[in-house]
Amino acid sequence: MERIEKETTYQETRKVEKGDFAAAGQISASYKNMLKRLGVDSKVVRRLAIASYEAEINLAIHTFGGSMTITVYPDHIVLVVKDTGPGIADIGLAMQEGYSTASEQVRMLGFGAGMGLPNMKRCSDTFEITSELGIGTTIEMGFLLTP
Amino acid sequence: MDKKQIYHSVKLEKDKCVGCTTCLKRCPMECIRVRNGKASILYELCIDCGVCVRICPHNAKVAQTDPINEIFRYKHRIALPAPTLYGQFRNVTSVDHVLSALLSLGFSDVFEVARAADIVSATMRELLKTTTARPLISSACPAVVALIQVRFPELLPNVANVLSPKEVAGKMAKEEYSREHNVPIEEIGAFFITPCPAKMASIHSGRSGYVDGAIAIQDIYGLLSSQLRQPVSEKIRKKRHASWQGVNWATYGGECASLHRSNTLSVDGIHNVIYALEEIENGKLDDLEFFEGSACEGGCVGGPLVFENAFVAQNTVRKLVERMREEDGDLPPALPAPRDDILTDPCAPRDTLKLSDNIAEAISMMERIDELTKTFKGLDCGSCGSPTCRTLAEDIVLGYAKEVDCVFKLKEKVEQLARQMVDLTNL
Repeated sequence: MERIEKETTYQETRKVEKGDFAAAGQISASYKNMLKRLGVDSKVVRRLAIASYEAEINLAIHTFGGSMTITVYPDHIVLVVKDTGPGIADIGLAMQEGYSTASEQVRMLGFGAGMGLPNMKRCSDTFEITSELGIGTTIEMGFLLTP
Repeated sequence: MDKKQIYHSVKLEKDKCVGCTTCLKRCPMECIRVRNGKASILYELCIDCGVCVRICPHNAKVAQTDPINEIFRYKHRIALPAPTLYGQFRNVTSVDHVLSALLSLGFSDVFEVARAADIVSATMRELLKTTTARPLISSACPAVVALIQVRFPELLPNVANVLSPKEVAGKMAKEEYSREHNVPIEEIGAFFITPCPAKMASIHSGRSGYVDGAIAIQDIYGLLSSQLRQPVSEKIRKKRHASWQGVNWATYGGECASLHRSNTLSVDGIHNVIYALEEIENGKLDDLEFFEGSACEGGCVGGPLVFENAFVAQNTVRKLVERMREEDGDLPPALPAPRDDILTDPCAPRDTLKLSDNIAEAISMMERIDELTKTFKGLDCGSCGSPTCRTLAEDIVLGYAKEVDCVFKLKEKVEQLARQMVDLTNL
């Protein structure tokens, strides 16, 4: 866990290893606890928990590994999910519900329903995705906090 | 809900507490601290699950319940026995013997909570048809409801707005008794025979006010077992009885089984329940129809205030249910109708987790907590009196503890001082 100092922001970055299903869910669980301690509205906590859980699973299933960085500001939260490849060939297709490139083995574990990215988009207030084949994908999600 | 209005049953007997870390480490809410050599409870987080009552090796954690003499404050006294009570007596031949024994303790009448459970089941079956909340979460275990209020407020809309069987029993018992004997409701006291402190706490925090007190099963076990050989009274024989489905509520899964739905989940043990609620919160169990969580392992028969071992009691209840099932048939002859007068308001969150009301302040506190946590060894040994290194960091930031409460920090400080002394003498 690394953190950068900034005034009234709280930031933490955590790594997700490729194929690490055993640890899946730990990051979103720790986000939930942290956000509840910060007094963030429970509806936002739940949306962020679902989005971060999907992101965590995606990193483990589809990528060569990556990291998640959450930054909490007094009025909004930014969650950046970054991986080191392989990148998405057709983002439009990947954003469609039910579309998945997950292997049979992964599906046997109950993942790979093709809902990951659409779920992340549905749960966040802003959603941006950029991807380059061979380089990796970056997703930035924003969540507004109502006072 | 105002924090101060919440009554808690779990208490500490200071003289017996030796300040060990047994309860500290096992509390699911991390709400126990050992300060000045004695345990103390952060009540704003406590859900009265009774884990500490069960595990304290020195019996210093106790559950406050009402003494049996309390019932004589009322002119008319009704016992509301939890079905768990039937599982306490290995050789009991019928429920009627237990009910008769209760009368001999001074109760004017008895009303089986299992009979109310039958009605709650019927109402819940109806609710499952009309509500869209999935999964619908059982409101029967008050420790689980309190857990949701504190840690999973977002799931509160999923909690069934149906009174728990003990409340329904209190309501029906008083209404029936008042009608039959033509006495005012105020003169009737209804007392729940409880397996756990959470039910005592929920009665005295007063969601409904139909139950006037709770008597621990273990407090009257001796008195009751000596009366079990007495013949069954005529009054009891003529009573309407609970079905085997209602009695089955004593063990975990009993409530789910009474709903006649296939996609239900029952989970026992407070730590397992927390895990399941996390899954529900993550949207992973949205297809589930109903979730029943029991704080105690095995369900209510595993409550901290029972006499008999939970597994033995489970077996006793199972045998009793089988016998009743043979008599009743698979579906109880007359399934009770659902009632809409046992619906209640949704419960409010207990907003006690947040560090500060001001989010900017909370953020900078969280920064300091992170900073401090990294300086500790991460052994979570509990010697400081906080359950984990992280909670110690939180306690320090909140002003309840000092860094040198950590034995390793203290050792560092002493070493530093010793070096300074040596340096001074070498001058």
